[in-house]
Amino acid sequence: MRKSGLLAAGLGLTMVACGGDIDTATNGGEAGSSGGSRMNVVEQRGQLICGVDGGIPGFSFLDDTGSYSGLDVDVCRAVAAAVFGDADAVEYRRLDSTERFTALAGGEVDMLSRNTTWTISRDTSVGLEFAPTTFYDGQGMMVRTDSGITTLEDFEGKAVCVETGTTTELNLTDQMRQLNVDFEPVVFQDADAAYAAYDEGRCEGMTSDKSQLIARQSTLPDPNAHMLLEVTMSKEPLGPATLNNDSTWFDVVKWVTFGLMQAEEFGITSENIDSFKGSEDPNIARFLGEEGTLGSDMGLPNDFMYQVISQVGNYAEIFDRNLGSGSQFNLERGQNALWTDGGLLYSPPFR
Amino acid sequence: MAQDSGNRSFDLKAMLRDERFWKIAFQVITLAIVVALASFFIGNLTRNMARQGRIFGFSFLLNQAGFSIGESLIQYRPNDPYWKALTVGLSNTISLVAAGIVLTTLLGVTAGVASFSKNWLLFKLSRSYVGLVRNIPLLLQLFFWYFAIYGMLPNPANQIELLGIAFLNNRGVYIPWASSAGLALFAIAATIVAAIAAVYLWQWRIKVRVETGTGGQRQLVALGLLGVMWIGLLTLGIDWTMPTGIEGGGVSGGLRLSREYVAALSALVFYTAAFVAEIVRAGIQSVSKGQWEAAHALGLKASAVMQLVVFPQALRVIIPPMNSEYMNLTKNTSLAFAIAFPEMYSVATTTYNQTGRPVEVFLVLIATYLVICLLITLVMNQLNRTVQFKER
Repeated sequence: MRKSGLLAAGLGLTMVACGGDIDTATNGGEAGSSGGSRMNVVEQRGQLICGVDGGIPGFSFLDDTGSYSGLDVDVCRAVAAAVFGDADAVEYRRLDSTERFTALAGGEVDMLSRNTTWTISRDTSVGLEFAPTTFYDGQGMMVRTDSGITTLEDFEGKAVCVETGTTTELNLTDQMRQLNVDFEPVVFQDADAAYAAYDEGRCEGMTSDKSQLIARQSTLPDPNAHMLLEVTMSKEPLGPATLNNDSTWFDVVKWVTFGLMQAEEFGITSENIDSFKGSEDPNIARFLGEEGTLGSDMGLPNDFMYQVISQVGNYAEIFDRNLGSGSQFNLERGQNALWTDGGLLYSPPFR
Repeated sequence: MAQDSGNRSFDLKAMLRDERFWKIAFQVITLAIVVALASFFIGNLTRNMARQGRIFGFSFLLNQAGFSIGESLIQYRPNDPYWKALTVGLSNTISLVAAGIVLTTLLGVTAGVASFSKNWLLFKLSRSYVGLVRNIPLLLQLFFWYFAIYGMLPNPANQIELLGIAFLNNRGVYIPWASSAGLALFAIAATIVAAIAAVYLWQWRIKVRVETGTGGQRQLVALGLLGVMWIGLLTLGIDWTMPTGIEGGGVSGGLRLSREYVAALSALVFYTAAFVAEIVRAGIQSVSKGQWEAAHALGLKASAVMQLVVFPQALRVIIPPMNSEYMNLTKNTSLAFAIAFPEMYSVATTTYNQTGRPVEVFLVLIATYLVICLLITLVMNQLNRTVQFKER
C-alpha cells in the first residue's frame, strides 16, 4: 500500500511537472503570436499548414499522382514560395465546411484557402480576415435535365440538397423566402454525401457555388443528365482567409495574393520572368525586389514575388491551368479577368 | 531541543509510512491536478478568445437564425432566433429518442427471448442478427439504411402503395395519422393509459389465479373490454387523415416520416436492439436452472414458464444495463447528422458556423444531452426499484 501510494504520488508529481511544461510551451508560443505574429510560428516550423477543401476539382483536389492541385492549392503554394522560397513547403489539411473556422481559430492551420465566401459576419463576429478575392462566384442550382425545372419557383414542395455551414444554406433560404416558395432543405455535413444523395434522387436540386457545381458535375456518373439553372442567387467572392488581429501574417497572405494579379498586369509569367530581371521599369524592379524594400518591410525575403511567380505562376497561368483553357472545365475568365480587361481583379500598387 | 528535533524527524518518517497520510495526500494531489488542468484550459480559452477579440456570452441566441430546417415538430420560420432553431433540433432529437427507445425495447426483448426458442429458424435468426449487427459500426449502418435501403425505393412517380394505407418512396414513408397534433397527443396518451391499465389487470388476474386457483375470467373480460374501448377510441374518437397518392407522383395527407428520420430510426433501433438482445439473453441465463425445472414440474406451458417464472426474475439483471443502452441510443442520435436528419447536433453545427461561437454552442449541446440522459436514468432507477427483491 505504501509503495503504491508513493508510486501514485510520484506519478502525480510527474503529471504536474508535465502540465507545467505544456503551460509554459503554450505561453511561449502565445507570446510569440501576440507579441509577434503567426508569421513567426510558420517560419519556425519551416512549413505552411494550409486548410483546403480537397474535394473540388479545379480548386483543390487530389490528382492521380496523389498530390493536391487547383486554384486554392496554388494560392497556398504561392504563400509558401513567398515565405520559404519553396512552393512545396506546404502541408494540406482537408477541412469540411463545419470544421474550417474552428481549425483556423484553434491554430490548427495557418490560413484557409478553401473557397470561403467573404461576408461581413465572418469578417467580424466569426473573427476572420479576408485576403483579396481569388475567384468571384455566384450561387447556382443544379437540376436533372429531364426534371422540367427551369426556375426557382418550380421548387414548390420539392427538396434541395445543400452543404451545412455554408453561405449557400442561408442564401437559399433568403431567396426562397423572397419568392414565397415552400421547399424542403436536406442539409448534409459532407459534400460527398450531399452530391451522392442528389445523384440518387433524394433532392430535385443541388445548390452551391456555380464553380463548385460545374466541377462536381464532371464527377457525377452521368454529367450530361444534369444542368445548371440560369439563376445566380448571390454574390460569392471566394478567397483565402487568416485569423483576426494578426496583421503581420494577414499582410503576407494579402499581398502575395495581390502579387499574383499584379504580375499578370505586368505581363510577368513563370516562363518570361527572367527576361524582366534588371528591368528599367522601376515598378517592375520594385515588384521583383531588385529595388526598394517591399519584401523586407513585410518580414519576407525581398525577392518574394520573384519566387512566387517563377514557381507558381501569375493569376492567369493559375486560372488557365486549373479552370480555364488548360483544364477540363474550360471556364471563361468573366468577372475573374483583370480590371484592364473588364473584370474585377485589381491590385493596389506595389510601392 | 535535540530531543525535539529528533522527535520531529521521527514524526516525518512515521508520517510518510502512515497509510492514512497517503490516503489523504493522494486525494489532495488528484484534486490539485484536476484544478490545475481545468484552470489551464479555462485560462487558455479566455486568453485565446481575448486575442481574437471575442467575448464569451449567450446573447447571440436571440439573433435571427436565417436558415431553414427540413422538418420540425414545432412551428419554425427562418426569421426565428437561434434558440428557437435549437429547440427545433431538440424536438427532432427527442422524437428519435422516444420512438427509438420503444422500438428498441420491443425488438431487443423479442430477439433476446427468441435466442432461447426451440424453433430452429427463430433461434438462428436471432443469433445471426445479433452477430451481424453488433459487429458493424453504427455510422456505416446509418449510411447503409439511408443510401442502400431507403435510397433504393422508387421515386415519387413510381411510389409503392401498401394496402392502400401507406406509401413508400425515396422521399420517405407516409402513414395514416391524426388530423391534428392535439388529437395525436391524445391518442398517444390514451394508448399509454390503456397499456398501464392492461398491465395492472393482468397482474391482478395472476394474483387471483395464484391465490384462489380460479380462472380469473372476470379480469380477462375486463381486459377484453379495455381493448375494445381502446380500438373504438382510436378508430371512432380520432379523426384520421389517410395518405393518398397524387397523380404524377407524391403523396398528400397522412403523416410523412422523412427518409432521413426513418433511416436514422431504423439504424439506431436495429443497432441498439442487438445489444439489448444480448442483455436480455444474459438476464434470462442468470436465472438458475432450478427455477426452470420447478416451473416445468408444476406443469406450466413453455410460454408461461418464461412469462411467469423466468422473465420477472431476469428483469432484475436486465434493467440496470438497459439504462446505459438507452443512453447510448440517445447520444448516438447525433450521428444522424451524417444522413442529413436535422437533429440537435446538426442544427447546433449550423448555428456555430454561422455565429462563430463553437464554445458556447457546445456548452449548450453538452448540457442538453446531459439533461436527457439524466432524465432517462431517473426513470430507469425508479423502474429498477420496482423489480428488485423486496426484503421482508
